[in-house]
Amino acid sequence: MAQIRIENVRKDFGSFTAVQSSSFTVEDGEFFMLLGPSGCGKTTTLRMMAGLELPTKGEIYIDGEEVGMKPASERDIAFVFQMFALYPHLNVRKNISYPLKSQGMPSAAIKQKVGEIAEILGITDILDRPVGGLSGGDRQRVALGRAIVRDPKAFFMDEPLGALDAEFREHMSEELRALHDRMNATTVYVTHDQLEAMQMGDKIVVMNHGVVEQFGVPQEIYDWPATKFVAEFIGSPPMNFLEFHGMAGSGETSVSFGDTSFEMPRLLDGDSGALTFGVRPEHIHLDDSAPYRGAVTAVEYLGTTQIITMDTMNGTIKVRTASSNTVKVGDRTGLHFDPRTVTLFNAETGKALQSEANAKVLTHG
Amino acid sequence: MSFSVTEPTKGTKWFAGILVVAYAVVTIIPLLWIIATGFKSPTDSIAYPPVVVFEPTLEGYVNLFTDRTRATAQMLEEAGPPTTWYDEIARERGTVISGPSRYGERFLNSIIIGFGSTALCMILGTMAAYAFSRFKVPLKDDLLFFILSTRMMPPIAVAIPIFLMFRNLGLNDTHLGMILLYTAVNLSLSVWLLKGFIDEIPTEYEEAALIDGYTRFQAFYKVVLPQAATGIASTAIFCLIFAWNEYAFAVLLTSGTAQTAPPFIPNIIGVNGKDWPAVAAGATIFLVPVMVFTVLLRKHLLRGITFGAVRK
Repeated sequence: MAQIRIENVRKDFGSFTAVQSSSFTVEDGEFFMLLGPSGCGKTTTLRMMAGLELPTKGEIYIDGEEVGMKPASERDIAFVFQMFALYPHLNVRKNISYPLKSQGMPSAAIKQKVGEIAEILGITDILDRPVGGLSGGDRQRVALGRAIVRDPKAFFMDEPLGALDAEFREHMSEELRALHDRMNATTVYVTHDQLEAMQMGDKIVVMNHGVVEQFGVPQEIYDWPATKFVAEFIGSPPMNFLEFHGMAGSGETSVSFGDTSFEMPRLLDGDSGALTFGVRPEHIHLDDSAPYRGAVTAVEYLGTTQIITMDTMNGTIKVRTASSNTVKVGDRTGLHFDPRTVTLFNAETGKALQSEANAKVLTHG
Repeated sequence: MSFSVTEPTKGTKWFAGILVVAYAVVTIIPLLWIIATGFKSPTDSIAYPPVVVFEPTLEGYVNLFTDRTRATAQMLEEAGPPTTWYDEIARERGTVISGPSRYGERFLNSIIIGFGSTALCMILGTMAAYAFSRFKVPLKDDLLFFILSTRMMPPIAVAIPIFLMFRNLGLNDTHLGMILLYTAVNLSLSVWLLKGFIDEIPTEYEEAALIDGYTRFQAFYKVVLPQAATGIASTAIFCLIFAWNEYAFAVLLTSGTAQTAPPFIPNIIGVNGKDWPAVAAGATIFLVPVMVFTVLLRKHLLRGITFGAVRK
């Protein structure tokens, strides 16, 4: 297993830039998520790491060795494709043993190894079946089998659960994570599903328009987004943005808009003009005595919690509260924002202003 | 009310069935007629009204495969009684067999040239089609159009330049010359057809093979080729049929060593009067290899001849 390092990697397809100057490090044994909307360059980044695309610029290190221009076959990595890409003309056993055959392993050893892998994945009974008739989950397992069979330096997975039904995805994602923990293999996993990324990843890179927006552990990214894009892309419902014109002075511990002053972590950056006050739905509390008011426009019941949509003078916001709170459409009530987790953004650049709370997260990424 | 696919009515089924049978009859009758004529006596073969029920004879086949000379009664006596069944057939017509005809050689030439050019066409065609399908080739569209444009005029239009070229290169009347010529003519068709089939194969399969430690060329022949089998089979049949049936170039460029069967068959007509049974026998035997080849590859054909329109 190995550490993977990406330095200033760029990829152009003709005049289109798919990835511009990405840098991040995947530590040995990490389950690493590349997250972003479609077309953000995450798959291209993964394919460059795997050697299926060559970078236009920059370096890729696997286990300390620069491999940017090496063909995929010489990188000793495994790749799980979204559509599985099982060889349709071979049966399950032959599919799994294919990478071993290329290494010239004797057939007795291959047989034993394939048997072990099949045992781990619970597919011993389908080894001699053609891959054509397999269910989605079994195909997925065979694809995983083909990946893990030769103990590669790293696993790359391109939306491997994308082709499965919602019900089965949940199950497979647990299985995948368990497999990773058991083998402790460096894994880079591409997904557009933020929930999947948070649920499975040790670390997440959020990409947008070919740029790495933020890089860190899931909770840091959730609590301290570096940009408005990350704040919106991660979390469901996303972070609330209250737009206002005003000022935020360096060293201040509050910010004012709409005749109200809101506490927040001490700012290390000052800014003025168009600003955005960002707060997660679960960090808003309904409090009739609070001076900042909003009107309830919709209530969605979700079992243990409910999502309340409210109109305020700075835009629509969503609040997550316990279902036990009784709220009706049309109610007007006061809103209290938990000051610990507030992030202030420059509305034009979308960048978060540094405060005492997020500085540590923002400077290392 | 839905307008999705419904079970055809009985009337539709009958109508479709009658159409298919009628079409089959129209296409199969000439074939059956040729096969039957091969077994007729010369008199039956030109009888009017045509005879449908006749006494079969192998005379046509004997005439096809042998050269005979007209014999006088004295010669027949000297030669003694016929020793074989084909001798006997020849004697009945007052001739003796002087040796085998050249049909066997010509047929063998057809096999060598037909299958040789088809094989070469497939090797070059799949590799070219793969390259056009997968790689960034400079001026790809122009090149593909150029390749297609070589088929926009009938090949025979360039017969004279080819004849002169072949003469200078010493390729006239050689197997290699004919193989190269038919390959050149068929290559554009095979590149275009095969490119379509290869385009359909998802690139992930090769990428998986690359990741699994195989080289690009190994990925091509171990993963892409088996999946392009359908396309290769149907394209091979098209190429073989063209090369097998080609007549004009064969007449023009071959006369001796490399002559194929098509220009030879009409020669039979003139040897001893109009020997239609021998011609029909030649044609019948000539049909066999393409038929066998097609039957062997038939499981690939149904999908193949729809030019990739049907996806599994």
